[in-house]
Amino acid sequence: MPLAQAQAMVPELLTVDATPADDAAALDRLAAWCLRLSPMTAADRPDGVWIDVTGCTHLQGGETSMLEALSGHLAGSGLTARIAIADTPGAAHALARHGERSVTIVDPGAQDAALAPLPVQALRIGDGQTADLRRLGLDTIGQLAGAARGPLARRFGNALLTRLDQATGRVREPIQPVLPPEIIVVRRGFIEPLSTAEAFATVILVLVAEACTVLERRGEGARRLDLVFERVDGTTQLVQIGTSRPVRDVRHLARLLDERIETVDPGPGVEAMRLVLPLVETLAPAQRADGLMQRADGLAPGGTEAADLSVLIDRLVNRLGPDTVYRLRSVESDVPERSQRPVPVHAAPEAPSQPVSPEPPASWLHPGPRPVRLLDRPEPIEALAMMPDHPPRAFTWRRVRHRIVRADGPERITGEWWWRANELTAVRDYWAVENQDGRRFWLFRQGDGVDPGTGGLAWFLHGFF
Amino acid sequence: MPAIDLSALRAQVAALARGTRRSAAAAALPFGIPAIDRHLPGGGLALGAVHEVAGGGPEVEHGAAAALFAAGLLARRPGPVLWIHGRRDLFSAGLAGAGLDPGRLVLVRTRRGALQAMEEGLRHPDLAGVVCDCEGRLDLVASRRLQLAAEASDVLGLVLRQSRRFADPALVAPSAATSRWRITSLPSPPPLAHAADVPGLGRARWSLALLRCRGAEPATWTVEAPDAQGRLALAAVLADRSLAPAALRVLAG
Repeated sequence: MPLAQAQAMVPELLTVDATPADDAAALDRLAAWCLRLSPMTAADRPDGVWIDVTGCTHLQGGETSMLEALSGHLAGSGLTARIAIADTPGAAHALARHGERSVTIVDPGAQDAALAPLPVQALRIGDGQTADLRRLGLDTIGQLAGAARGPLARRFGNALLTRLDQATGRVREPIQPVLPPEIIVVRRGFIEPLSTAEAFATVILVLVAEACTVLERRGEGARRLDLVFERVDGTTQLVQIGTSRPVRDVRHLARLLDERIETVDPGPGVEAMRLVLPLVETLAPAQRADGLMQRADGLAPGGTEAADLSVLIDRLVNRLGPDTVYRLRSVESDVPERSQRPVPVHAAPEAPSQPVSPEPPASWLHPGPRPVRLLDRPEPIEALAMMPDHPPRAFTWRRVRHRIVRADGPERITGEWWWRANELTAVRDYWAVENQDGRRFWLFRQGDGVDPGTGGLAWFLHGFF
Repeated sequence: MPAIDLSALRAQVAALARGTRRSAAAAALPFGIPAIDRHLPGGGLALGAVHEVAGGGPEVEHGAAAALFAAGLLARRPGPVLWIHGRRDLFSAGLAGAGLDPGRLVLVRTRRGALQAMEEGLRHPDLAGVVCDCEGRLDLVASRRLQLAAEASDVLGLVLRQSRRFADPALVAPSAATSRWRITSLPSPPPLAHAADVPGLGRARWSLALLRCRGAEPATWTVEAPDAQGRLALAAVLADRSLAPAALRVLAG
């Protein structure tokens, strides 16, 4: 049906352009994901995945439990799947698409009986052939299999019979498996076991240099590195590091690994070291730093600020953990605690937080007084103030009484009812105050002091100047 | 008798007195206040060195004035700033008010690894400075490590000492930092000097005490808190005192 006709029939019809390339890529990813079930999987365009589970089902506890787990996983990721297991790819294909149940298991050798009631289009033949077969009264595969082969071959060609034989198992049909992405593994074995940090550092440099050569050839950079120390006693020690952006700089990676050597227990000695790069990303080839201009600390000369800082950031992240290093981004909000937000350190500086924001990004500066330290959660205080809008005369915080000498305010901040419905009437009145010693505090009162619906008139300490 | 270049000799002696590997011509970040800059060796706060800053009295707990002081100093240096803190209580609008663009900040949130992270940052020559909110001890070994890292890279290191206790002995323990400052709030004058009863807040006033410094005597100045460009100003102490009696007598006579 043409789109125009469909839209004429249903005016509010939602249309989305088909993206066959994206669909195919997603199907390839799904096929690669299915590698966990079997080493042989393939995408069956446009809507299926082959999995050759020969000899693999016992690892999952049998065919039934494997299918249960598989359909559970797929449903968990939002995919509705029909699954069939049979002796031949053709039979599994037919039963998955035209079988009665969404999960079908055909016992070995029983595919002829299982296929017999299915319509002929289940055999992966064209619509024209299906219509011709129908005209001859051959509606099901069982009827087709019972017909004389000679006249069928003369009328429809060999393709139809090949499909039939593939489904019933008289002709073998290989599937073209997807290849798992090649993972870079570099390994060095030693004649004598190593146990000193210096020796490890030397080997790390060799391993990283070799890995980086491969990365350079493939135009990729490492995001994660696993260094496995194989000990003489048969056990292994693992060092894992991550980088904030794809890297193939030998010095940088080697230094990150060197810093973790101290966490390795060499025990009786390490007889081999293996460097695995499980996660790589595309990294455009860069102009190499001029050796003459190399600085003493090994960093590339010049360069942008971000590129240089990434070395430092990677080292901090690997030492302290991924969420500890961040930047601040200003958010357009009058509520102080919402006006800044931590963002990952390599996030784009101006990523749109709201989908539509015609205004320029929020500025950091605020016209009102703003403290330099803001308490995570405001602390309740007892304050003495004349209603509705006189500055507090004194307040007690943590059992210490502060007499207020000077004050600036009130600065009224209203709730953001357009985000949160329960803040429709909420009001905070902020005061910057100075006590008798000159210490400056940022206080607020909930409510405007007139309408009890705006807040409960409780006072809080929110920051320090 | 051969002619002796006195200035070279002085520089050599000064370097010996400081006990560092740094050259005499090391850079410094001037405060822009002649009285303070003249007092400090090198004409300002030495770069490539670690300085301790603490709040005075009860302010030592949050160190808000110390943070503002650090923000004002770093506002006048180009480049990214590494700020290590444990409490997640920095407020960007307040830092921006002292001239430090919060977009320049790279924040590290850690308590135990704070000094390690600071040392890592001080080794990085592209930073404008490293600030560390340090709650707890800063012993000689740790501070010496920081100082050496800073000397190698010429990065300004500021350790903001914090403590939950008044008069914490850990704050006065010796360290290898180049200088130690204490900032105490003072009552500020009325916002309008000629109309004392107009309500409001003017610039905050601090007592800026140099407690210890290599190559300089301890001293105390009364300053005004950083302006929007991060500059301190010497407070006009005399401005809000009453007029001298002598002048009044002349008028009366």
